[in-house]
Amino acid sequence: MSFFNEKSIIETINMIKVQNLDIRTVTLALSLRDCCGEDVKEVGEKIYEKITKYAKNLYNFACEIEEEYSIPIINKRIAVTPISLIGESCKNPDYVYLAKVLDKAAQDVNVNFIGGFSALVEKGCTKGDDLLIESIPQALKQTQRVCSSINLASTKAGINMNAVKKMGSIIKQTAMLTKEQDGIGAAKLVCFCNVPGDNPFMAGAFHGYGEPEASLNVGVSGPGVVRSAVENLAKDADFGELANKIKQTAFKITTTGELVGRRMAEKMGIPFGIIDLSLAPTPAVGDSVAGIFQAMGLEHAGAHGTTAALAMLNDAVKKGGIMASSYVGGLSGAFIPVSEDAGMIEAAKQGVLTFDKLEAMTCVCSVGLDMIAIPGDTPETTISGMIADEMAIGMINKKTTAVRIIPVPDKTVGDYAVYGGLLGEAPIMKVNSLSSETFINRGGRIPEPIHSLNN
Amino acid sequence: MSEDKIIVTISGKDGVGIVAEIATVLAKYEVNIEDIKQTIMQGCFMMFLLGDISKSKYSFKEIKEAVCASGQKLGMEIWMQKKEIFDKMHTI
Repeated sequence: MSFFNEKSIIETINMIKVQNLDIRTVTLALSLRDCCGEDVKEVGEKIYEKITKYAKNLYNFACEIEEEYSIPIINKRIAVTPISLIGESCKNPDYVYLAKVLDKAAQDVNVNFIGGFSALVEKGCTKGDDLLIESIPQALKQTQRVCSSINLASTKAGINMNAVKKMGSIIKQTAMLTKEQDGIGAAKLVCFCNVPGDNPFMAGAFHGYGEPEASLNVGVSGPGVVRSAVENLAKDADFGELANKIKQTAFKITTTGELVGRRMAEKMGIPFGIIDLSLAPTPAVGDSVAGIFQAMGLEHAGAHGTTAALAMLNDAVKKGGIMASSYVGGLSGAFIPVSEDAGMIEAAKQGVLTFDKLEAMTCVCSVGLDMIAIPGDTPETTISGMIADEMAIGMINKKTTAVRIIPVPDKTVGDYAVYGGLLGEAPIMKVNSLSSETFINRGGRIPEPIHSLNN
Repeated sequence: MSEDKIIVTISGKDGVGIVAEIATVLAKYEVNIEDIKQTIMQGCFMMFLLGDISKSKYSFKEIKEAVCASGQKLGMEIWMQKKEIFDKMHTI
């Protein structure tokens, strides 16, 4: 005979039904290193075969687990070895073709995104890295499900400013080539500093070099649950109490993710990798990180105090989550994507949340400038300047930072970019009009930072 | 095995035969009922049922479909979940 507590049951059902608790993604991370070869067509065939073999049941198993626990698993995804590495083995590399192979494989196993059209170039580019980067605009135009990420900087290596310069141009080209969809290609392209190799979230997921043959990584959601927990506290509860409440809530969210991740891994016959503790918002009402700031007592995201609120939130989520899982990894923190968070969208619309405030917030959150729509005529070097700033924040603070901005073609401040689904919609934000051109054109690498004299 | 334990949660307007209907379905699908609790919460009838499906020849999915169908027939909201999710979430 086992026992149950009806209060716990009601609480769990409420979290799922009313507060939008879900598993944001189960991501199959898969090595493609054994798919190398001299002929690119042959490599493509090997990649297709391997992905479809391993991911054959990913979708069905996830649906079964959804039923067993009555918890929605929103996305089923795949992350593979950075393709620059695989394509490099070919005498006749064709990265757009390889992107199409990934797209086809993803479509055939019913996953909505596949990540790993990637290169790690923080210290410099190999021939393959260069070719992959140059092929990004066409690859993202010609595919639906492929996501691309480039690591441009690290605390150990500094910032590859040649690549930062190039990415400013690549992002613009990618947006231009998908201009009929408000530059959606750029929403599937992210630049990183200190990129983790086990992140299950898109667009930055790929299968890192030190990872096993295959593993199952999980990303949970839960801003709605945290918001509701904070709202139910007394308005004069102090920060100790507030942090404790968030920790307890994060624990509950994470245990659910761990349970689902382990069950999925077991069903697929591969090891469980990590759970990513990120609070990932969606455009659904209430499922908003900005909403948590309001529940904490700020008038809106962007008010003075927002960075402090985010820092506390992020830290408390990690502290609560880490107790709930044996292996935590990925990005683990709160996401602040503008277009994917109803509260952020609203704050940006009202003009109270600015680009500069977002940048400040990225110093304490888990990712960076995420899903920010900017005017289509923003110069490439200005975009590179934004990337360089964000890379610098990550490099100096020894953390992951990222840039996913979309210069929306033919649109400017006052217009909207609309993507639909999880990618949401965003008002075009004002950017600084001063030139960064001469700075960016210097090229070279910003040297690795010193690890003492920390002031 | 805790994997074989299920929790059925039913909520809605109180009426005659709710427990009987659910119990009949579970019996038909060879689910052993180990515990039942019921309560009225904010005017809403709620019932929680702990079941064991280890002896059933039916799959979780088949049982759930049948249970949900009877919930629909009763006009009640019904959830059927493996008990593990509650155990994990609410215990350290």
